[in-house]
Amino acid sequence: MALASVLGFKSNETFNRSLQCEKTDANIDEICPKLNIENIAQFITLPPYADPAKYLKMVNESVDRVRIQFLKGTTTLAFKFRNGVIVAVDSRATAGGFIASGEVKKVIEINPYLLGTMAGGAADCAFWERVLARHCRIYELRNKEKISVAAASKILVNMIFEYRGMGLSMGTMIVGWDKRGPGLYMVSDDGERITDNMFSVGSGSIYAYSILDASYKYEMSTNDAIDLARRAIVHAAHRDAASGNIVRIYHMKETGWEKIEEKDTNDYMYQYREDKTMNF
Amino acid sequence: MAGEYDTAITVFSPDGRLFQVEYAQEAVKKGSTAVGVRGKNIVVLGVEKKAVAVLQEDRTVRKICILDDHVAMAFAGLTADARVLMHRARIECQSHRLNVEDPVTIEYITRYIADLQQKYTQGRGRRPFGLSTLIVGFDYDGSPRLYSTDPSGTYHEWKANAIGRQAKTVREYLEKSYTEATYESNHESIKLCIRALLEVVQSGSKNVEIAVMLRHKQLKTLSADEVEKYIAEIEKENEIEAEKKKQAKQIGSSTTTTASSTLTTQTSKKE
Repeated sequence: MALASVLGFKSNETFNRSLQCEKTDANIDEICPKLNIENIAQFITLPPYADPAKYLKMVNESVDRVRIQFLKGTTTLAFKFRNGVIVAVDSRATAGGFIASGEVKKVIEINPYLLGTMAGGAADCAFWERVLARHCRIYELRNKEKISVAAASKILVNMIFEYRGMGLSMGTMIVGWDKRGPGLYMVSDDGERITDNMFSVGSGSIYAYSILDASYKYEMSTNDAIDLARRAIVHAAHRDAASGNIVRIYHMKETGWEKIEEKDTNDYMYQYREDKTMNF
Repeated sequence: MAGEYDTAITVFSPDGRLFQVEYAQEAVKKGSTAVGVRGKNIVVLGVEKKAVAVLQEDRTVRKICILDDHVAMAFAGLTADARVLMHRARIECQSHRLNVEDPVTIEYITRYIADLQQKYTQGRGRRPFGLSTLIVGFDYDGSPRLYSTDPSGTYHEWKANAIGRQAKTVREYLEKSYTEATYESNHESIKLCIRALLEVVQSGSKNVEIAVMLRHKQLKTLSADEVEKYIAEIEKENEIEAEKKKQAKQIGSSTTTTASSTLTTQTSKKE
């Protein structure tokens, strides 16, 4: 695999040898979910230690002294409306109380007519959505037509499901426009895949939902929709510590996606403070 | 895991041919004839029904089978091989529905079957499938399709095609007789399919089996009575044509082209 050789990854042999050890802990089956396939190491690449499911569960929840905070600290949202789909995200990355970056690109451009958002583990989202992009391209070449959003999100969720219980952290929304019209699917690390007109994911989603639910109408004009999305992210960024910095907005149309803007959320907040005509 | 005892059965000959594949094609030529015709709003499959033994139940010999609600397949060649291939294709149709949330396009399932046939021509100590298939159906967007595969794993799209015994004769007949009228009218498409079969099969509804698929409808096998009606119509047309030929000979002019053109205007019905 090209990716493997770029990373200097030699082979699976040394890693998977460790998996031949016998399970001795009596409680393992209670704590960890069973792996379905006997020789699962032949099919997927596992972390280089025995019993990855047990180990990663330990660091995800406060079972032991170690805890890595995979907080889904972010606000992302997407909603369908009359003229397509609006996607809006913030750009802050936090590790506990430390703001790691204020310029994270949380919208992943899978291809000119498919977008994916990032929430949870940034590496997980970025990597798996790149793998998804590869699958989508091969589908397009084989079948001479663009892949549907339903199929793309299904490919992603099937890939994620193989690693269920092993510590993936993703809450991503797949957005696109296919022969059935605008498509919006939410896919998460526990293998959930659902479709609806509006989703918001992340620690700031509670604030975003309140703004969206108050004013959302399917028949909105494009400008109103962009404004609504902007307000939702800005208000979430204002109150949620793990969200903020820049708001990025994309519009998914029949001809593909278009980047609308990326501006600072604080500036918008001051603007809204001045504007006394806002009614909710 | 067995050692490297995967000696291929299908290997190249010195002049670049795959003999096993060609022998498989010979096996296909021994199978009973199957004909497919594609119209604007209809796809028709017709197969030759070989005579069954006296004590054998007629119903167990099924040469036309459905792969999904909107796809049907007829084959010529080894029946057992067809059963296996059909089973795999049916699973793939459902698998596609599950993963892509869309019914298969006819091209997709044809490509799958052809890939399968090709795989068995390369290594692993297996012989090729000894059958050709005719795959018909309607795509998600409503367009009718007819594809044909062969033991080498190639597939092509056709307006009308025949496979099996005397396929070449039937195909030549189809090339002569497939017209705009056939394409436009459901009735004409069915009639052409039956006519083509009757070139190589004894006349009579008990020797042919015709199945018809309309857009968004399931495959329907025509009953013996319906087939008899078509055959009666065809025989009447043949009689009229024979009469015209005799008259033309008597008059002394050697025109036969006018007879066939008046025939189509007389008998084409609006569907």
